[in-house]
Amino acid sequence: MSQKLEKIKSPLDMEPLTIEVHDVEASHRAKTARNDLILMVVFSAVVLGGPWILAPFGADYPDLLQRFCIFGIFAIGFNIMFGLTGYLSFGHAAFLGVGSYAAVWSFKLLTMNAVPAVIFGVLCAGLFSAAIGYISLRRAGIYFSILTLAFAQMSYNLAYSVLTPITNGETGLQLELSDSRMLDAAMGIERTSSLPVTNLFGMKMSGYEGFYFCAIILIIAFYISLRIFRSPFGMMLRGIKTNQNRMAYTGINTRPYLLTAFVISGMYAGLAGSLMAVTDPLAGAERMQWTASGEVVLMTILGGAGTLIGPVIGAGVIKYFENIFSAFNEDTLHAAYSFLPEGLADFMTTISHPFVGEGWHLTLGVLFMMIVIFLPGGLMEGAQRIANLFSGAGKKSKAESSATDTQPAE
Amino acid sequence: MSLFDDKFSRRGVLKTGLVGAAAATAPFHFVRGASAADYLNMPKGKSVTFGFNVPQTGAYADEGADELRAYKLAVQHINGEGDGGMLNTFSSKALKGDGVNGKKVEFVTGDTQTKSDAARASAKRMIEKDGAIMITGGSSSGVAIAVQGLCQEAGVIFMAGLTHSNDTTGKDKKANGFRHFFNTEMTGAALAPVLKNNFGTDRTAYHLTADYTWGWSQEGSIKKYTEKLGWKTAAAVRTPLGAGDFSQYITPVLNSGADVLVLNHYGKDMVNSLTQAVQFGLRDKQVNGKDFAIVVPLYSRLMAQGAGKNVQGIYGSTGWHWSLTDEGSKAFVKSFGKAYGFPPSQAAHTCYVQALLYADACQRAGSFAPCDVLKALEGFKFDGMGNGPTEYRAEDHQCFKDVLVVKGKENPTSKFDVLEVVEVTPRAQVEYPADLLGGELGSCNNGA
Repeated sequence: MSQKLEKIKSPLDMEPLTIEVHDVEASHRAKTARNDLILMVVFSAVVLGGPWILAPFGADYPDLLQRFCIFGIFAIGFNIMFGLTGYLSFGHAAFLGVGSYAAVWSFKLLTMNAVPAVIFGVLCAGLFSAAIGYISLRRAGIYFSILTLAFAQMSYNLAYSVLTPITNGETGLQLELSDSRMLDAAMGIERTSSLPVTNLFGMKMSGYEGFYFCAIILIIAFYISLRIFRSPFGMMLRGIKTNQNRMAYTGINTRPYLLTAFVISGMYAGLAGSLMAVTDPLAGAERMQWTASGEVVLMTILGGAGTLIGPVIGAGVIKYFENIFSAFNEDTLHAAYSFLPEGLADFMTTISHPFVGEGWHLTLGVLFMMIVIFLPGGLMEGAQRIANLFSGAGKKSKAESSATDTQPAE
Repeated sequence: MSLFDDKFSRRGVLKTGLVGAAAATAPFHFVRGASAADYLNMPKGKSVTFGFNVPQTGAYADEGADELRAYKLAVQHINGEGDGGMLNTFSSKALKGDGVNGKKVEFVTGDTQTKSDAARASAKRMIEKDGAIMITGGSSSGVAIAVQGLCQEAGVIFMAGLTHSNDTTGKDKKANGFRHFFNTEMTGAALAPVLKNNFGTDRTAYHLTADYTWGWSQEGSIKKYTEKLGWKTAAAVRTPLGAGDFSQYITPVLNSGADVLVLNHYGKDMVNSLTQAVQFGLRDKQVNGKDFAIVVPLYSRLMAQGAGKNVQGIYGSTGWHWSLTDEGSKAFVKSFGKAYGFPPSQAAHTCYVQALLYADACQRAGSFAPCDVLKALEGFKFDGMGNGPTEYRAEDHQCFKDVLVVKGKENPTSKFDVLEVVEVTPRAQVEYPADLLGGELGSCNNGA
């Protein structure tokens, strides 16, 4: 990799300049490392403290917490492709689905332990994304997006009907009492008259235990993504986003880099998919539908594409809307407005009703439009602006921010 | 590569931080999870929570909206509000209109989006956050089966709503799941004699089938029963779900030599395929010297309304219809009509009945514990719920009752009056041995 970097430098003949800025660069690097450490610690604390932090928002139940982590991982992976290279894949849900199916098959055939399921899921998604990436990456821009979309829809339709023996079609792949579970059988785990539960060496993987498992994997996944962002490889990917033609002119074949990024991001999706199966052992075809692919694009853009933490926040916001906002009905609203006088409470209920319950898509749509129009860098740009407002040092941090991680997608 | 490109032992700091955070949080979550309940979500206060999980968006949103109306009505009746509806005609008199086991019934709602994942997420929210003791709903078999599996794992009762596939109480049956609605097997058994009387035994059928579990299940049952009559099957063509345009599938029917078209479609698919088949003039054709006929195995009033005039004279089966004249149906139609201004659909009926049956079983069991409720429901015989004498079969948790064979009405008097009941096929004729469809119930799960 470093050889490649030298390749760019040498024809440009920038030797004296590099030496001059070396000290600045070193101090900058140390500063970045310190910031990254703080970021990692804060991120880990927030993720692990999720059940307490989210309690006031009514989101402190295991299933939603697990979902926050899982979709956080999915969005982080997607961001490695979209945020860094600018290649918009519209078919990432296919890898999520493959990861889920692979994990459930691992539960059915091998063991109820989560570790083989996760490994198997990630591997399958990696292979699948390598195959699709190899073909799709022959084109760029909108053609790449359409190709990935086509492949994902194809996978969805196959899973829905043709491949029913493998995917169990519309009903979804589920565990059955009669599954072989060869490793478990070999280990002498007894069969009961009820379905076995997924576990991590004996610890059940639903509820809060499942959440902590996902949370720790999310932290690891976030750390890997951080390292990729800071690595020469990440720099290469950014170069592709900035000007792929110029990269080609300097003699770099960009496709292997793109394919690697695509496979990594596909493996992240497979990881998310297999975790979905770990916390809830079922895999359905609709996980691969284009709406699911679109959702992760929304998450990334909502939070801030190309930023480290934005996609995780975007994933959280969308899952929060989907699970909490959609459950508000007229009675909940009425209770919420009960402190107001009777007439006003009724009025407020009538006004806000179309935006909650089955209307949650509407609220999300409005929010998304506002963000795209006023905060093109996503929620992260909003946070940055607020921070600048308070610190009163707008100019200084602006200069800083261009050096750190806030780089909105075009 | 060092952890943060820095000489200082960041790795150590990070590790300590992570382990510290995990250690600090660990004891709390065990406390949070711990409880003294005998079963999951045991109601402790003065109220008990039901979870109504219906499609509020997507292809079955109409059915979902009607189901939710029915559930709200059922809760009112259980709590003693309104006119009591079917509680007055229900053969079991355990419910007194003062809630269940002395507790007032409350409910939470969720949107399944007609997707298994979303439905399970929504059901999990109800169980984990809202403390629902029972989940009911589902307007498609895939969703119902997925949620039923979840309820089995979690340890709450699932009362299936509108789900017609054999698998719900067949291949994928679960001890904690119960279905009041009928299935494709019963549709085949009920429809066959009527088809024989109207179209004879020398017919050739052409199937158009929605390409998913329910469609195949329906196609299989109709084939099985019509071939027993002596009919032949020319072809069975699978169509993608939500195809919209069926013309390319309908054209080949004309040249296939078939004289009956069976549309194994539901919802908007059925509205579209039937409308197009009629527009293509299939019904005016003569094939093999016989009038061409169209059959729609599973009818619903909402679909018939959508297809308008095209349903006139077309046969199918349905679970329940508001024009039935037994006391139970009349009481339900009256109180539903009073509350919402129009008659209920079959989806509304089955959901309303399921809510009452569950409440009644809890009252009779004197407990909300899933295993106690299960014992109260298994083999339970009742009447006065609009379908005549009915039994919850213990072997597969499927209700057995009369099935209605209906026909699109030739001269509808109102926009709701689109189907007429041709025959009420008695329960004995649609009953099948419990082991016919395979699957295992497993044992009941109390959760916690």
